[in-house]
Amino acid sequence: MFHRIKALAKKEIKQLLRDKRMLFVIFFFPVFLLVVFGYAVNFDVKNIKLAVYDKNHSAESRDFINTFTSSKYFNIVKYLNSDSEINDVLDTKKAQLIVIVPHDFSEKLYTVKDKPNVQFLIDGVDGNTAMIINNYIEAAVNYYNQNFQTEFLSRTGAKVSMPVDFRPTFWYNPDLDTTKFLIPGLIAMILIITAAMTVSLSLVREKEKGTIEQINVSSIKIIELLVGKAFPYLIIALINAGFILIAGNLMFNVTVKGSLILLLFSTLIFLSSAVSLGIFISVIADTQQIAFSVATFITLLPSMLLSGFVFPINNMPYIIQLITNLTPVKFFIIVLRAIILKGVGLETFWPQIVYLCLFTTIFLILAYVVQRKKELSA
Amino acid sequence: MKTILHFIKKEFLQFRRDPKMFGIILIAPVFQLILLGYAANFDVKTVHTAVLDFSKSEMSRKYIEAYKSTGYFSVDYYVSTYEEMTELIDKGKVLAGIIIDRNFEKDIYSGKPAQVQAIFDASDGNSSSIAAGYAVGVTKLFSQNVSTEFMQIKGKVITPVNSVNAETRVWYNPELKTRVFMIPGIVALLLMVVTLILTSLAIVKEKEIGTLEQLIVTPIKPYQMILGKLIPFAILGFLSVIIVLTAMNVIFSIPVKGSVVFLFVSTFIYLLTTLGLGLFVSTISKTQQQAMMLAIFVIMMPMIFLSGFTFPIENMPKAIQLITYIIPLRYFMVIIRGVILKGIGIADLWPELLILLVMGVSILSFSTLRFRKKLD
Repeated sequence: MFHRIKALAKKEIKQLLRDKRMLFVIFFFPVFLLVVFGYAVNFDVKNIKLAVYDKNHSAESRDFINTFTSSKYFNIVKYLNSDSEINDVLDTKKAQLIVIVPHDFSEKLYTVKDKPNVQFLIDGVDGNTAMIINNYIEAAVNYYNQNFQTEFLSRTGAKVSMPVDFRPTFWYNPDLDTTKFLIPGLIAMILIITAAMTVSLSLVREKEKGTIEQINVSSIKIIELLVGKAFPYLIIALINAGFILIAGNLMFNVTVKGSLILLLFSTLIFLSSAVSLGIFISVIADTQQIAFSVATFITLLPSMLLSGFVFPINNMPYIIQLITNLTPVKFFIIVLRAIILKGVGLETFWPQIVYLCLFTTIFLILAYVVQRKKELSA
Repeated sequence: MKTILHFIKKEFLQFRRDPKMFGIILIAPVFQLILLGYAANFDVKTVHTAVLDFSKSEMSRKYIEAYKSTGYFSVDYYVSTYEEMTELIDKGKVLAGIIIDRNFEKDIYSGKPAQVQAIFDASDGNSSSIAAGYAVGVTKLFSQNVSTEFMQIKGKVITPVNSVNAETRVWYNPELKTRVFMIPGIVALLLMVVTLILTSLAIVKEKEIGTLEQLIVTPIKPYQMILGKLIPFAILGFLSVIIVLTAMNVIFSIPVKGSVVFLFVSTFIYLLTTLGLGLFVSTISKTQQQAMMLAIFVIMMPMIFLSGFTFPIENMPKAIQLITYIIPLRYFMVIIRGVILKGIGIADLWPELLILLVMGVSILSFSTLRFRKKLD
C-alpha cells in the first residue's frame, strides 16, 4: 500500500516541478500577500479628518478645539464658515467629523444654569470607525471638562477627587495593536486557500483529462489515490506555513510566545483538515471550473467573515454561530492566537485540536462515500 | 454582428449543458449574502465578565450591579483567586475581568480613590477596547452617583461648576450598525467572485481542451470572439446583480437611498473591470489551474483586502495606499456605499465612475490585444 502511495506522490511532485509558473504562484504569492496585507489589515483609527465650525470665536472655544488638535487622533482639515457647508463636507468624505461650537459657548460655560452644547456630527457609514471616533470624542470632552473644573475649583480653593480609580489593562496585546490579532487570521486564510485549492484542482484535473480512468484500471485503491495525490500538497502547504510565519516574524514582529513545536504540530493538523476539504470538493466536482467555484465560495469569504478573523463570533446570531463551525479556520485562529499572542499550551486549546482532527476524518469519510456511490452508479 | 450572435448562442448552449455551474453562479451568491450579511457585525452586545471581589461589601456589590444594569456586561463567574481569573482569561471564557480592591468601601468613605483593576483580553479583536469604553462609562456614572449621595449626606454645598455637553449625531447610519455598511461591500465582492470565476477560465478552458485551435481556423475575428465570450458573462453577471441587490433589499431591508438607475449603470461599469481582469488572466495562463490560482491570489484577495471593504484605506501605510489606487473595487466601494447609504449620485461620484470606466475599457482592450498576438 505504502509504496503505491509513494509512487503516486512522486509522480505528482514531478508533474508539479514541470509547471514552473504554477510553482512560482504557489510559493511566492502566499508570502507576498501576507506582507502586503499585513500592512493593510488594521482597525487603528488615527488622523481622523476633522472639520471645525467655530461660531463663538473666543479664547474658550479655541481652548476647547485645542483639546482635539493636541491629540494624535484628530487632524483639522477644514474650517467652516456657514451652515450650508456642513452637508457637503460629510457627503464628499472631506471630513469624518464636524465639531460645531455654538455662538454662546463661552457665555454659557460660566453660567451654571445652562450647559454649552457642542455638536459633533460623525460620518457613520463605517459603523466601526464611527464607534471608535465616538469613544475618542467622549474621552476628549471628559478631559476638557476635568481640566476646566479643576482649574475653576482651584481658584476657589476646593479640591476634586474621583471616588473610584479605574485602571484597565489589556492582556496579550497591551498596545491594542490591531495588526497583532489580525495577522493570525490572515495566515490561516492564506493557508486554507492554498491547500484546499491546489488539492481539489489537481484531482479534478485528472478527471477532466481522462487520465483518472487510467489510474482507475490500475490496482490502486481510491483511498491510496486520494492520499498519494494530496500528500505532496500537504508538504507544500507546510513549507508555505513556515515561510509565512518567518515573514510574519520579520515584518510584523509577530513573535511566537508559546512553543514552536506545538505551533508546527497544530499547523499540520489544520492543513490536514484543509486538504481533506480539498479532497471532498474534488470528489463532488466533475470539472475544474466547478471545483474552482465551489472551493472559492467555501473558502474565500467564509474564512474571512465567518471565522472570527474580522468579526467576533460572539456577536453573530445563534444560527450563524452554529454555521461558523463549518470553517476550520475558526478553530485554527483560536489556536494561533493562543500560541502566538497568549503563549499558552495545549491545556487551553485541546478541544480545538480535537475538533480539527474530527473535521478531517469526517470529510475524508464523506469523500470516500460519495466517490463509492459515484462509481457504483457509473 | 451575426457571427457574434451565433457565438453567444453557442456559449449559452454550453451553459445549459452544465446546470451545476449555472446553479452555483446564480444561487451561491444569495446564500453567501445571507450568511455573511448576518455575520458582518462589530457591535459588541455581550461582554462575558468574571468578577474578583476582594471587598465583598455593600459598596462593591453596588458597583457590580452597575455593570449588570447596562445590559452589556454578563457576569458569568465570581472567582475568589487571581489564578482562577487568569485561567478564565487564558482559556478565552471571559473577555473582561474586574478586580475590586480589599479596601474598596473603606476608601470611598474616607475620600481616598478606591482601586479597581480591569483586565481585558485584547487578543480577540476590537471588542476589548469597546468593552473598556463601556466599563469606563459605568465607573464614571457610579462615581458621580456616589459623590452626589455623599455630599447630600454630609450636607455640603456643592460648588456648581459647569461642563461642556457633547451632543453627538451619527449621520447616514444613526444606529451605528456595521451590517448596513458591510452588506453593500459584500454585494460588490460577490459580483466580483462570480464574474471572475466565469471569465478567468473562458479562454484557457478552450485552450486546454484544444477547441481554441478549431475556433482560430474559423473566419471569426478575435474581437468578435472576445465579445461573444464576454456578452453572455455580462448578462449572467447582471442577472446576478439584480438577484443579489433584491435579496439585500428584501432580507436585510436596506433600501437604496439614491438613484437605482445610477446604481445599475455604475455596477455595469464595475463589471467591465472584473470581466476584463478575468479575461486578462485567461489569456496569460497556459492551464486552467494557473488561471484559477492567479485569479484568486492576484485579483480576488487584493480586491478584498485593499479595497477598503473591511479595513479603512486611510489607516494603511502610504506605500500600501498607493497600491490601492489600482484596485477597481476601491472606487466601486465608494460608489455603492455612497448611493445606497448616503443617497448621493453622479454629481459627487463622477470621478470614481470615470476612473472605473477608463480602467474597464483599457483592461478589456489590452486583453483583446494580447489575445490577438497569441493567435498570430
